[in-house]
Amino acid sequence: MRAEVDRIAEPWGERTPYGPGTPWPVRVDSYLEPGVTDGDVEAWVPTASVLHSNGDAMDVAVAGGRIVGVRGSARDRVNHGRLGPKDLFGWQANRSRDRLTTPLVRRDGRLEPCDWDTALGTIVDRSKDLVETYGPGSIGFYTSGQLFLEEYYTLAVIARAGIGTNHIDGNTRLCTATAAEALKETFGCDGQPASYADVDHADVIALFGHNMAETQPVLWMRVLDRLAGDEPPRLVCVDPRPTRVARHAAVHLAPRAGTNVALLNALLHEIIRMDRIDRAFVDAHTVGFDELAARVADCTPRWAAGICDVPAAAVTEAAEVLGDARRLLSTVLQGVYQSHQATAAAVQVNNLQLIRGMLGRPGCGVLQMNGQPSAQNTRECGADGDLPGFRNWENDAHVADLARVWNVEPTDIPSHTAPTPAMQIFRYAEQGSIRMLWISGTNPAVSLPELERVRGILRRDGLFTVVQDLYLTETARFADVVLPAATWAEKTGTFTNADRTVHLSERAVEPPGDARPDLDIWLEYARWMDFRDKDGRPLVGWHDPESAFEAWQECSRGRPCDYTGLTYDRLRATGGIQWPCTDEKPEGTDRLYTDGVSWAAPDACETYGRDLVTGASVSETEYRALNPHGRAVLKAAEYLPLHEATNDEYPLQLTTGRTLYHFHTRTKTGRSPQLRAAAPDVWVEISAAEARRHQVAEGDLVEVTSPRGSVRGRLRVTGIRDGMVFLPFHYGYWDTPGGAGPGEDGGRAANETTVTDWDPVSKQPLFKTAAARLTLIERGDGAVSPAPTTTASAPVDPAAAPPTTGGPAALARQSTGEPGGERS
Amino acid sequence: MSAVPVVLRALYEGERTMERKLLETAARDAAEHEVHHVAVDLARWSHEHAERLAEAAEPYGLRLPRSAEDPPATDDRGERAARALDDPRPGLSLLNDLRELHLAATGNSLDWEMLAQAAQAEKDTPLLDLATACHPQTLRQMRWTNTMIKTLSPQLLSRAGTPSPDA
Ligand code: SF4
Repeated sequence: MRAEVDRIAEPWGERTPYGPGTPWPVRVDSYLEPGVTDGDVEAWVPTASVLHSNGDAMDVAVAGGRIVGVRGSARDRVNHGRLGPKDLFGWQANRSRDRLTTPLVRRDGRLEPCDWDTALGTIVDRSKDLVETYGPGSIGFYTSGQLFLEEYYTLAVIARAGIGTNHIDGNTRLCTATAAEALKETFGCDGQPASYADVDHADVIALFGHNMAETQPVLWMRVLDRLAGDEPPRLVCVDPRPTRVARHAAVHLAPRAGTNVALLNALLHEIIRMDRIDRAFVDAHTVGFDELAARVADCTPRWAAGICDVPAAAVTEAAEVLGDARRLLSTVLQGVYQSHQATAAAVQVNNLQLIRGMLGRPGCGVLQMNGQPSAQNTRECGADGDLPGFRNWENDAHVADLARVWNVEPTDIPSHTAPTPAMQIFRYAEQGSIRMLWISGTNPAVSLPELERVRGILRRDGLFTVVQDLYLTETARFADVVLPAATWAEKTGTFTNADRTVHLSERAVEPPGDARPDLDIWLEYARWMDFRDKDGRPLVGWHDPESAFEAWQECSRGRPCDYTGLTYDRLRATGGIQWPCTDEKPEGTDRLYTDGVSWAAPDACETYGRDLVTGASVSETEYRALNPHGRAVLKAAEYLPLHEATNDEYPLQLTTGRTLYHFHTRTKTGRSPQLRAAAPDVWVEISAAEARRHQVAEGDLVEVTSPRGSVRGRLRVTGIRDGMVFLPFHYGYWDTPGGAGPGEDGGRAANETTVTDWDPVSKQPLFKTAAARLTLIERGDGAVSPAPTTTASAPVDPAAAPPTTGGPAALARQSTGEPGGERS
Repeated sequence: MSAVPVVLRALYEGERTMERKLLETAARDAAEHEVHHVAVDLARWSHEHAERLAEAAEPYGLRLPRSAEDPPATDDRGERAARALDDPRPGLSLLNDLRELHLAATGNSLDWEMLAQAAQAEKDTPLLDLATACHPQTLRQMRWTNTMIKTLSPQLLSRAGTPSPDA
């Protein structure tokens, strides 16, 4: 194994092959800034990555009060020492010179520095005023998937029982809401069934709209190592782009956007037709098989081929691979979650696993993935559209139980209707009934669909906005008050990845200037607001991360996400542990549902479910009749045509997505030199046939226009399916003269073009379903498209662009080693 | 002669009206994105119901126009139905539209019930199959409007929904 690798040029590093059922070998990746040696490092402080959902455990190297590098944690169950490019280089954004170091408050139209008392006083006065005049429903909270568990839980208590508002959600709504909803619809309750360790055992891995190579590069390294070893698994890939996953797939299906339900129904049809069903499992653990079989009875591969524009034979072939699998692992992400009929499609993947009886055994299960590092915590702590601890807002006993934990009256917790999802929060703000919006750790002015509309909402006179962030983001520029937050490695807390692994992340360095941890900000707000429980004691009775964690443990006791067996000390000593973790199960829980479905019974379930097409609630009575014994529900769904069809004016299907080198709206990765250089600017992807039709070529400056707006970028010609145009969504305006929106050069954020439409079940906005046209602005004349060549955006003609490399600045160390990894 | 044709005609009219009302609501409440998009999806169901009813009516000598001959009227899109909730507050008109839709769907549901009962009495299998296929979708239209009303009312009807003095 080479000692050093350019991890921009080779994002996944070197292979350590292994065979089924054997341990994934350790490979420790590390990067120290130039000039620093191991000997200079004064402390290695444990944490995990916050630049994706994988939860790669690592230690931060500290010298002279600064972070100087990172090293993968060899002993951790998630990554066995490996780090992805964002893990290796992303931390440099912490010390960017444009960090916010003091609160800002708007005076005469301008944001001016002020002290904390002034900022908090302004927020507290406004909060009290609004609650008094317009009631708690006039205040909304929009948070993140990147903060810590302790912070979300505190915010959830403040919002739900302190203010008493139902309007609290996370930007996790944009990426992971469908994962949660699909699990709830099928299993009655949220909670990831499978484990990353299932990659070690699977003989077929099916990836539905999941570009794992770029979104979870370390998990992809695990798959690559299996592919390089004995008895490699076969991959089935559903993706319209030529991703790395697609290149390694035994069967690759590239359907038309918005047709996932049709495709999945055809796969189910074939599996039922070929009788690859585990009858005993279906009988023992599910309800609804007959309805499902009836629903897909006419969904032949030929039928699907017409809708999805994939060969019928390929659908059959995929069904055969899935049907022959002995250990089948399915994974799902944005190609499903951010597309038309999101939940309906994600649920069909659950159905596929269930009718094949592939659940709860090594190598068998489904990973409904997350996008963000702590999305799982937003969900379980109730900082999104759920009550804390996966309690059911429609079940009075669950609400009463939560009221007991918080020592408030049940009526103090708003539960007369479903918690308000983010897109509806913004609608209420637009229409004027939400008058204060507190936005923490997220950047809706770039990440929400239809940005001109979003900017209009943020600009509204009647809306008071608080923005809590690290930098003056596009969104912060619209704020009335800006609060400087501390970030990862500057504060302590826990967070949980997509396979339920909890990590402790400890403070390694001081935050810059007057920046404060989000937890401290909310604790201070709670004190100023003087929130009380029913005995007159402070509602928020904790004062630091560890005491917040203990409060959460009580809230989680006996719930599916039980944290009571965990402590900071244990996490420090052992690294990541998967919940549920209790005194009876101190080692945590590898996979759920090893012995039947546990949380779907009517009295236990988190939801009674929704109609997969309309989003209408299923009533408690109906649910009791449907599923009296609490089995998994096989929910069928009919295919519906896309809401925004292509036409002569907008002939292309527009899909947005991500690249390996950036995260979210690039606030951090755009401030890391290696990552920034690897994918410096927005680009536009179409196929070679489409380029000919439009008479454009690699490197040309083109404009993509939808009925909402347009984006300009340089063209990359790739193997993407014909009729489709792809835009990466990371790029906004903070590093352009426009600052908060498009300038003279036109739009740069993909969301200028996307449509305001969301899945009626999960309420997740759809970023992959707009129609658009493409026009030439200026010939390239040798200009190079900024798209990386190492990933799905690779040019069809390898000579079309110089390969993406990082040079000496991107050399990271790698070494094989024994698990165990010392700490100092 | 049975009264089946009478019910068929009434239901046909009811589904046509439902389709039109859904599309009108979708157009009027375009800024209410969830209502807008789902209403268009659900209008398709009513459209199909009416088509199938027209087909089913033929053996009874009843000629009901197919959609190609009679597209739903859209000229009164701007005008709202007579309002039970007449109030200048923003949002109330949306609730009113949903309420209208719910009542229309409920009427259709009862008609489907009658049709199914008559079909059973007459041992008219094709007609029973039709009712069995379509009635659940009408019930789903009802559940949807009910859910939306339950979801939106607290915000739109409470103090939070009051217009600001300066607005
Ligand atoms: S980049 Fe996408 S998937 Fe990732 S966290 Fe953001 S919204 Fe979620």
